[in-house]
Amino acid sequence: MATLKALRMRIASVKSTQKITSAMKMVAAAKLRRAQEQAEAARPYALRMGRMLGSLAGSMTAGAGAPKLLAGTGADKVHLLVVATSDRGLCGGFNSTIVRLVRSDIRKLQAEGKTVKLLCVGRKGREQLRRDYANLIVGSIDELNRKRLSFADATRVSDKVLAMFDANEFDVCAFYYARFKSAISQIPTRLQLVPFVPSEAPANDTGASYEYEPEEGEILAALLPRNLAVQIYGGLLENGASEQGARMSAMDSATRNAGDMIKKLTLNYNRSRQASITKELIEIISGAEAV
Amino acid sequence: MADKTKFELVAPERLLASLDVDMVVVPGTEGDFGVMAGHAPVISTLRIGTIDVWNGGAITDRIFVAGGFAEASAERVTVLADEATRIADIDKTAVTKEIEGLRGKLGAATEDGERRSIAARIEIASAKLAAA
Repeated sequence: MATLKALRMRIASVKSTQKITSAMKMVAAAKLRRAQEQAEAARPYALRMGRMLGSLAGSMTAGAGAPKLLAGTGADKVHLLVVATSDRGLCGGFNSTIVRLVRSDIRKLQAEGKTVKLLCVGRKGREQLRRDYANLIVGSIDELNRKRLSFADATRVSDKVLAMFDANEFDVCAFYYARFKSAISQIPTRLQLVPFVPSEAPANDTGASYEYEPEEGEILAALLPRNLAVQIYGGLLENGASEQGARMSAMDSATRNAGDMIKKLTLNYNRSRQASITKELIEIISGAEAV
Repeated sequence: MADKTKFELVAPERLLASLDVDMVVVPGTEGDFGVMAGHAPVISTLRIGTIDVWNGGAITDRIFVAGGFAEASAERVTVLADEATRIADIDKTAVTKEIEGLRGKLGAATEDGERRSIAARIEIASAKLAAA
């Protein structure tokens, strides 16, 4: 049986841990709201960009003249996986679930005899992937703007991807991130970036054919890299919201666990305190009776 | 004039404007063009310049854009701007300072790609200053 003093100290330490986790939960909740707002604000641009690309890609038959970003290189050999995770831990299984999906895809691709390259965005994912696949990691980007993810941060990622594409370093590119469903549910998701997959949304409601200024090819050449950045930006924002959501629920359960632990310890403490009082009383009484 | 066209201006980070207007004049790469209701569908790239919003025969709003894309159709004009600021909101002293800072960086930059991107930013900032 632990001494009374030791129990008291444990209770105090669990209490201060609980304070920290509940503060972290509050912070995560506030950040989550901000991240959600930001993701919400970025949606109109992505939506319209998708619509514009959809109508362009629809009119541009994926023939010989189509830009490579749209049609692909024609090969399917080298896959680049861009993995977005968080820079910080203490967010439950957030990073692990993304990494698990990436791992299973790597195994699948390697079983098919394809070359896999990894580009890690975020420190935590890189650390986890480095254990098994250190030789596949071709680059990593972290320390993205923590306070507020800006579009410039997303272009840092997309510029790297585009530079690699121009250097013919991969054929297919996919982006891995956690889609935000709710504060307690985030779904690891694979999004194909290259070649471009038009969204299922109806290309244009009027069905009218557009005129292009300058030519279609030139617009597409400008629009596709831009779209890549927009998709990455959207994914990173979702990922940010998911991270905060995961941290919030992780900290919530940590706070609850600490509460349970305090209850148990306090009960234990009170029991042993009573036992020692009873023991002392018995000693006094039996001492008095003996006289 | 009764017919209005819906004008939407979006930057990557947020929706900047969504209003009904008589006409918008957009700085296309191959020349400025005005869009009114019932315009033929066009997709165009933009150069650095100013968007003029016309209402009731006068310019009601002027917005600086640093390139982007515009999509016009019979009932709406959508501008996807890389960067957009209302002319009235441009802070001249801040932009001047930004240009000076960028010039300093340009002198220090050694890599070609870096020089190019800084030069492009100086160009945008100078155009912004000229538009204000």
